[in-house]
Amino acid sequence: MAAVSIDRVHKSYGSVGVLHGVSLEIDDGEFVVLVGPSGCGKSTLLRMIAGLEAINAGDIRIGDRVVNNVAPKDRDIAMVFQNYALYPHMSVSSNMGFSMELRRFAKSMIDSAVGRAAATLGLGELLQRRPRELSGGQRQRVAMGRAIVRQPQVFLFDEPLSNLDAKLRVQMRTEIKALHQELKTTAVYVTHDQVEAMTMADRIVVMHGGIMQQVGPPLEVYDRPANKFVAGFIGSPAMNFFDGVVAANGAGRYVAMGGDVRLPIPDNSRAEVGRRVTYGVRPESIRIDADDAGSVPASVEVIEPTGLSTLVYSKVADALVCTFTMERPDLERGQPIRLAPDLARVHVFDADSGERL
Amino acid sequence: MAAPEPAPARQRRLLSAILEPYLYISPALIIIGLVMFVPLIVGLSYAYREIQLLNPFSGGFVGLANFAQLYGDTRFWRALSNTAWWTFASVSLQFFFGLGLALLLNKSFPGKRLIQAVVFLPWAVPTFLSGLTWAWLFNPVVGPLPHWMSAIGLMDEPVNILSIPSVALWGPIIANVWWGIPFFAITLLAALQSIPNELHEAAAIDGATTWQRFVKVTLPFLAPMIAITVLLRTIWISNFADLIVVMTGGGPADSTQIVASYIFTQAYRRLDFGYASAVATALLALLLLYAVIVLRMRRSLLRAM
Amino acid sequence: MVGHYGALALYVLFALFPLYWLLKISVTPNSLLYTEGITMWPSVTTWENYRFVLLQSDFPAFFKNSVIVSLGTAAIVTVLAAATGYAFSRFQFTGKTLVMFVLLLTQMFPLVMLIAPIFRLMVPLGLTDNLTGLIVVYVAFNTPFAAFLMQSFFDGIPRELEEAAMIDGCTRLTALRRVILPLTLPGMGATLGFVFTAAWSELLFALMLINSTDAMTFPVGLLTFVSKFSVDFGQMMAAGVLALVPACLFFAFIQRYLIQGLTAGAVKG
Repeated sequence: MAAVSIDRVHKSYGSVGVLHGVSLEIDDGEFVVLVGPSGCGKSTLLRMIAGLEAINAGDIRIGDRVVNNVAPKDRDIAMVFQNYALYPHMSVSSNMGFSMELRRFAKSMIDSAVGRAAATLGLGELLQRRPRELSGGQRQRVAMGRAIVRQPQVFLFDEPLSNLDAKLRVQMRTEIKALHQELKTTAVYVTHDQVEAMTMADRIVVMHGGIMQQVGPPLEVYDRPANKFVAGFIGSPAMNFFDGVVAANGAGRYVAMGGDVRLPIPDNSRAEVGRRVTYGVRPESIRIDADDAGSVPASVEVIEPTGLSTLVYSKVADALVCTFTMERPDLERGQPIRLAPDLARVHVFDADSGERL
Repeated sequence: MAAPEPAPARQRRLLSAILEPYLYISPALIIIGLVMFVPLIVGLSYAYREIQLLNPFSGGFVGLANFAQLYGDTRFWRALSNTAWWTFASVSLQFFFGLGLALLLNKSFPGKRLIQAVVFLPWAVPTFLSGLTWAWLFNPVVGPLPHWMSAIGLMDEPVNILSIPSVALWGPIIANVWWGIPFFAITLLAALQSIPNELHEAAAIDGATTWQRFVKVTLPFLAPMIAITVLLRTIWISNFADLIVVMTGGGPADSTQIVASYIFTQAYRRLDFGYASAVATALLALLLLYAVIVLRMRRSLLRAM
Repeated sequence: MVGHYGALALYVLFALFPLYWLLKISVTPNSLLYTEGITMWPSVTTWENYRFVLLQSDFPAFFKNSVIVSLGTAAIVTVLAAATGYAFSRFQFTGKTLVMFVLLLTQMFPLVMLIAPIFRLMVPLGLTDNLTGLIVVYVAFNTPFAAFLMQSFFDGIPRELEEAAMIDGCTRLTALRRVILPLTLPGMGATLGFVFTAAWSELLFALMLINSTDAMTFPVGLLTFVSKFSVDFGQMMAAGVLALVPACLFFAFIQRYLIQGLTAGAVKG
């Protein structure tokens, strides 16, 4: 097991830059999730750690060794691919034992390692099958098994769950996390699914446009997003945003929107009067039908009950606002309500730079 | 901090990574270059020289004399018009019947695999053998075709159409169509199968008849594939001398001579390489002209769409 | 449905009739040729023509020459095309587009115009009138299309398989040997069959480059036979049927892959 250190790494294809100076220290045994929309550079970064993409500038270290020019096979890593990349012409056990076979381990050692991994993953019955005879979930497990047998310094996961159906995805998410807690091997996990990132990670790395937007534990990223992009990307349903200008009256500062709507700002915010800002508040941080001083008028548009909770979409001025509640409010379309943002959980971002204020 | 890797190792790795693909392609490129491109250039130069294998004193440059001879060569002009007819008739018949076959095969029915294998079989027949087979079928001694044709009144008595100058070219054309239908059928079938089923279903729901669906959905979808296939096939067939050499040798009285078989006759029978190369140069120029015109037309069509 | 089968029946008839006729004449005794030449099946059949062709003519030698040339060509082309197709499929390199365009170009230009110069260039090298020269020429002619065919097969193998192998401990070459090649075997078989058929059928260059009976391939031998003894139809057609057999066998083998190769963008007859 080893730490991974990424130091000012750049990558470009011709004139198209993909990664612009990314630095990240991953501790030994840590589970780090790289998350971001497609094209943000997360997969490229993972493939550079694996040695499948050349590094244009900067260094990547695994343990205390610079691996920039080390072939993938000598980096002592294992990778689980999105499409699993199982060898179609080999049985499940040969797939899992291939890395040990290449290192000329004795047959008996390979068999026992494969057997142990198969037992952990519940693949015992399938060892003699070919990959095409397996279901999607089983293939995913074999790909995991192949990585475990390798006993690597670092596990790399490239969107391993995105080809599974929703139910299996949740189940495998839990299994991978449990497996990591058992093996304690450093893991770097790439996904575009922020729920996966939130649930699995020790630390989340949010990427966008080849730049790391924020690094931190899941709840910290959720509660204190560094900028508007992170705020909008992490969290489902997504954060509500309102554009406006900061103004003040006797009661304090507020953001003035069109239609004379005034959204209150917490006192500790750095947003000064006159600045154009984006006001952000998560659906669960808005209370419905409150008579607070800071509440704003709205009219109900759509109500989406999920059983567990209810999502209420309503219009404030011209903006559609999503509100999350664990209750089952008795509302109907067109009904006027008042919405009160929880001041402690309001985020204000600069309208131009998107930075948190 | 770990020590950075020494620079030479990095450079070696880069260099070998850059050179690797060239290592893989070079054997093929070398042999193709030596056997196809060098002779092509040499052949183009022959057109300006007098090269007759039987004449040891030949080999000098004669400027445009071969082309002047070509201009006055009625056999060449005859071959040129034969080439146009041979190519047009072969390509359009192959296409028409190939499209029909592809449409018939583009649905599932019992016995499809077997029927498909059988109707594609002619393509597997070596070209010289399909030429010979059809030559024999047209031969009144062993072939039934002349007898059938005379029975339905197409000819007065069973004779070999390959020996009648006015219709002899139909012999190789029919053999070519027989041999070439599977090619078009396979290509078009593959294209047909790439048409999303929803398109047909949507058109059917909109109330289109089978014919309307064919004209409004199938044909427009196939059009790009058809254009490129017909272009390539036209060039290929206009160069395709095997059937003619085998079936008629260009005769009787040059009535079936196309430019490609004329080149072969000049080079092979008369060993006049200089003149053969001049004819070949002219053919190449005409084909390039044709390709440019077709591609232009295709582009303006695409723009109009 | 009746119309559908009816139309297909016409195609089947048109496709099979010439081959049926070839077979029919080949088993018709010579004595019956003129009286029963155009009946649908002779009253008496004979294997005499096949016996003669196999035992008393030069055709077994022609057959052997054709097998040597076709197998040699197919084997060499498959290796060259696999290497080229692999490079096309897995590497981005300067000049790739140009190289691919040049290979496509070779599929377009008239091969007849190469007959004279190739003959002239091969005489001093001693490559005329022997099988080696023929193989060299056929290899060059068949490699471009075969390379595109192989490329389409390599493209069909996910890149991740190679990457997984390299992470598992393979060098690029071991990954090629242990993972990629086993998966490309059907494709290589198809390419082999395709090139074999093409080389088996080639006539014009063989006619030009080969003079002596010893080195004649089947097409040349058959055509020479036709022009010399054009009356012995039964024997010629028996030879024809024999020439058909290997080509059809290979065709049956490759048919499945041809549609795949053709749709991959490489189009040739």
